Amino acid sequence: MPIYVDNREYPAAPEKNLLEHCLSLGLNLPYFCWHPAMGSVGACRQCAVKQYRDERDTEGRIVMACMTPAAEGLRIGLDEPEARDFRARVIEWLMVNHPHDCPVCEEGGECHLQDMTVMTGHNYRRYRGLKRTHRNQYLGPFLNHEMNRCIACYRCVRFYQDYAGGDDLRAFASHHHVYFGRHEDGVLESEWSGNLAEVCPTGVFTDKPFSKHYVRKWDLQSAPSICVHCGHGCNVAAQERYGRLRRVVNRFNGDVNGYFICDRGRYGHGFVTAPTRVRAPLLRTGNRELEAVGVDEALHAASEMLAGRVIGIGSPRASLEANFALKRLVGDDAFYMGVGGPDAAALEAVHAIRTETATRAPTLIDVENADAMLVLGEDVASTAPRMALALRQATRNRQKAIASGLGIPAWLDQPVRTAGHGQLSPLYVATPVPTRLDAIAAGIFRGSADEIARLGFAIAARIDARAPGVDDLTRDVSELAARIADALASASRPLVVSGVSIRSVAVLEAAANVALALGAKLGRPADLALALPECNSMGLELLGARSLDDALEHAERQPIRAAIVLENDLARRMPRAALERFGERVEHLIVVDHTLHATARAADLVLPAAAFAEGDGTLVNNEGRAQRFFQAYVPDGEIRESWRWLAELARRRGIECGWASLDDVIADCAASSRRLAPIVDAAPGARFRIADRRIAREPARYSGRTAMHANVDIREPKPPEDPDTPLAFSMEGYYGPRVPPALIPFFRAPGWNSNQSVHKFLDETGRALRGGNPGVRLVEPGADARRAYFEARASLPPSGDALRVVPLADVFGSDELAALSPPVAERIPEPCVVLGPADADARGIVDGMTAEIELGETSLALPVRVVPGLAAGTLGVPIGLPGMPFIAAETAKVGGRGTAGDPR
Amino acid sequence: MIDERSIAAAKRAQTSERTRSESWLWSQVAVLLSQIRSMAEVFLHGFRRRETIQYPEEKPYLAPRFRGRIVLTRDPDGNERCVACYLCAVACPVDCISLQKTEDETGRWYPEWFRINFSRCIYCGLCEEACPTYAIQLTPDFEMSEYDRRNMVYEKEHLLISGTGKYPGYSFYRVAGRAIGGKDKGEAENEAPPVDVRGLMP
Ligand code: SF4
Ligand code: SF4
Ligand code: SF4
Ligand code: SF4
Ligand code: FES
Repeated sequence: MPIYVDNREYPAAPEKNLLEHCLSLGLNLPYFCWHPAMGSVGACRQCAVKQYRDERDTEGRIVMACMTPAAEGLRIGLDEPEARDFRARVIEWLMVNHPHDCPVCEEGGECHLQDMTVMTGHNYRRYRGLKRTHRNQYLGPFLNHEMNRCIACYRCVRFYQDYAGGDDLRAFASHHHVYFGRHEDGVLESEWSGNLAEVCPTGVFTDKPFSKHYVRKWDLQSAPSICVHCGHGCNVAAQERYGRLRRVVNRFNGDVNGYFICDRGRYGHGFVTAPTRVRAPLLRTGNRELEAVGVDEALHAASEMLAGRVIGIGSPRASLEANFALKRLVGDDAFYMGVGGPDAAALEAVHAIRTETATRAPTLIDVENADAMLVLGEDVASTAPRMALALRQATRNRQKAIASGLGIPAWLDQPVRTAGHGQLSPLYVATPVPTRLDAIAAGIFRGSADEIARLGFAIAARIDARAPGVDDLTRDVSELAARIADALASASRPLVVSGVSIRSVAVLEAAANVALALGAKLGRPADLALALPECNSMGLELLGARSLDDALEHAERQPIRAAIVLENDLARRMPRAALERFGERVEHLIVVDHTLHATARAADLVLPAAAFAEGDGTLVNNEGRAQRFFQAYVPDGEIRESWRWLAELARRRGIECGWASLDDVIADCAASSRRLAPIVDAAPGARFRIADRRIAREPARYSGRTAMHANVDIREPKPPEDPDTPLAFSMEGYYGPRVPPALIPFFRAPGWNSNQSVHKFLDETGRALRGGNPGVRLVEPGADARRAYFEARASLPPSGDALRVVPLADVFGSDELAALSPPVAERIPEPCVVLGPADADARGIVDGMTAEIELGETSLALPVRVVPGLAAGTLGVPIGLPGMPFIAAETAKVGGRGTAGDPR
Repeated sequence: MIDERSIAAAKRAQTSERTRSESWLWSQVAVLLSQIRSMAEVFLHGFRRRETIQYPEEKPYLAPRFRGRIVLTRDPDGNERCVACYLCAVACPVDCISLQKTEDETGRWYPEWFRINFSRCIYCGLCEEACPTYAIQLTPDFEMSEYDRRNMVYEKEHLLISGTGKYPGYSFYRVAGRAIGGKDKGEAENEAPPVDVRGLMP
């Protein structure tokens, strides 16, 4: 279907609007309020073009490109003087009240408003009247607020409220007084607030931690990276200046994160520069404290410690390469995954589901397209936030379907909402505690893990009679199961979501059964999304390793000369007593990590490892997608990638790995297993060049090159070599639209300095980068599916006066690394247990009281929060929060020795 | 092979040789005359006013817009003018300026450190042109020779002067919308008082 733009013919698709078309065609048409993920509202009037009826029409009329669907033979004029003038006037109006702030505005240099102003040619202020001003608000540790700069495009509230479901950011007042903020000063609650810094086309909302050590975008050295704060694996860019990681921003990948990342991912990078960072090898001689030593001394000490039986403990937050190097160093039999107990069992169940059943891991786009959803057991909004945001969008598919029946295209945001009358695609949430998805759920079930698993098995059995069911369900539950089963079975793209944070193999298997039953009905593998807690949980599983419990047992069986712990704090993985016992059985503890945590503090030798922004590697996300992250800068100190330390240790033990660069490790790792073979293709190798050039990590206008080191050495240092990647630590090199998608260090295009320039790199708005979204999927369903259904388990255990423990995840506190980042730490709640009202009453506990909680051998005094809706007989216990010990207990007793705290 | 073209070329060469020898003669005469004139002029200069001055005992007059040593100036209130916007650094064609932004407790931006490597600076003045606050200015001081290149690296304490330099009146924060200590919202030039968001008036 052709359309004509300025009398030139272009191909067009009817489901898109003219603005999208113009941008996809590489034409420069200014806009503000349209957002590729949020559609059009026609609020800013910036995207005006002239539209003509046919060739004979010489008059034409001004229309908003973002509100006009493409149609057969449509003729528009972008360059018409009248349209150009209209756009320039619109900018002039927007600028009437705009403050003279660019030099002191964090948006400057990547400001969409600046870009559009230059693009329209408005360059001289004619208005001489008074400018309206606004007071700013305190919005918490993540965002600055500078309301004077607002152009009232409404993108912020449309994102925060309509897209992400937050309800504490609103538009206030009217006409040119309109104000975007909270009803009063206070922390923006949503875990998506950080995206406002990218969504707002001006400097109203800006990244606050970044502002504290602010530099301009053109001065940032960037590399494509992967978020390390949960298993979703959002693509990000890590950006550095003067040797310090400055910020993390979203990097588009249509299949993983699209345009948004959560605040844990955006602000969690503070651990890289935190005081807990290890920058030099630390050695303990005798009984003394750890002391910084030189590399040679450390390696010499290491070789001595390694003379004897050595075991290796890997990590779900270390790269595949690092884990593989450790495995090579200690041998397959002595390599253990750094996860034990219920967590390891859950991970193994995920591995079995992924590799043995015909269920499919959905991409982000698949999740967003689902038309009926079941969340079984997992508080996804806290454990895989990006997936929860996609689920939220999926619930709007019913509105889109209704609208499309009326001929309203999906991008016409407001009419779709109006036509949809607030109807939502069915989303069922079965979790022990209330979640942030409850508000948009069609049905909610609260229960312990076993009760949730039983519900899941019942749903599966209802969908497909061959699936093993459970009996003795109460009527309510079996009715709910029937309702959910019918909703899922009648959907064309049903989706089941579960995860490991509930630590229940039964729940995971129940979720798999539901997906398998749906698959049987659909005749193709159904989508099953499983949330994993850490950035390489899946990779570690695919690499193959035994549980941490086996390592403890190994240590019990025979004395061990040294244990090498890779990027892992064992205090978060096993009970203190077991850890102490392990310490006794192991003569030397060597830790390779970037952070000085409890395990590192107890070690005899700590080797400083590169954090994600300082090294390269491959991570496998919960979709089974292997993604490469790249080094953004060369850190100070003796920091090296873990695999380099481990290869060196291996050499000293007489194992020659022969690895000169990352590519060699990747090749060996890929050769080690059929499943891992495709990781080579996750990104181009180190020898990749464009026109004989590397890809530049620094923008062409990177400044200060001859001054930044001048206080140290008057001669400019040679840029560091990079043997591992095709990127250069330099502004020299290729940067442009031909950069392969996995290597794009930052987004910028001529005239488009802000992140809106992403569209210059896309094949199709919102979908895929040119050349395909980065990463390779390692696990596809079906190929060797061995299993029809899992056996239904979970007969209910007898309930005494003990409460079933349900693990509580916190979106900010549960990630070890993000919790070390100061702005994130501010958002972590104090640890407290949650209890249903009935159970609280029975124990004479009121909200806010501190009670003695007995969890197996551990006993803790924690405040109790009484949460209505919590299933009777369950106790929510926070997992992984700073200050909380590792808890594996399945049941708990809440002691009567409660003391009244301040009731909240 | 002798063809017509080469014969013609040979003829042309003969004639041009003749004319060349004539013009050579005339040029020699002209050279002689010009030398005589030059000698006369040099002789006459002996009686003119002297342009050379006895530098360094005597200093030349240099216009204020002369592009010499760079300084950072203060605004009329005596505060640092530089707001650490990085525009001078990015404008600098030899990349010899680098700095780091920081902020005081009232929200005023200023450079935490500011460095110019004068051994790289080409005194082009582009930083001054880029500066939106008149903070960075080139001055009529060119006496910056050093035996050691390292002494050409100037930090903020070497650059910051106590006055306003060439532009006495201007203060960026009086114009900008950002509130700082002593200047609240609505108190900058041409600003209306802050909107009362809860107000009901249209
Ligand atoms: S929002 Fe953009 S145009 Fe406005 S002051 Fe900031 S950088 Fe300048
Ligand atoms: S605050 Fe930003 S996103 Fe919100 S309306 Fe104003 S300019 Fe638009
Ligand atoms: S924490 Fe998870 S959801 Fe959030 S940005 Fe990182 S990978 Fe994405
Ligand atoms: S351009 Fe002016 S205000 Fe900006 S950093 Fe340079 S000296 Fe400071
Ligand atoms: S982008 Fe079209 S009206 Fe705002």
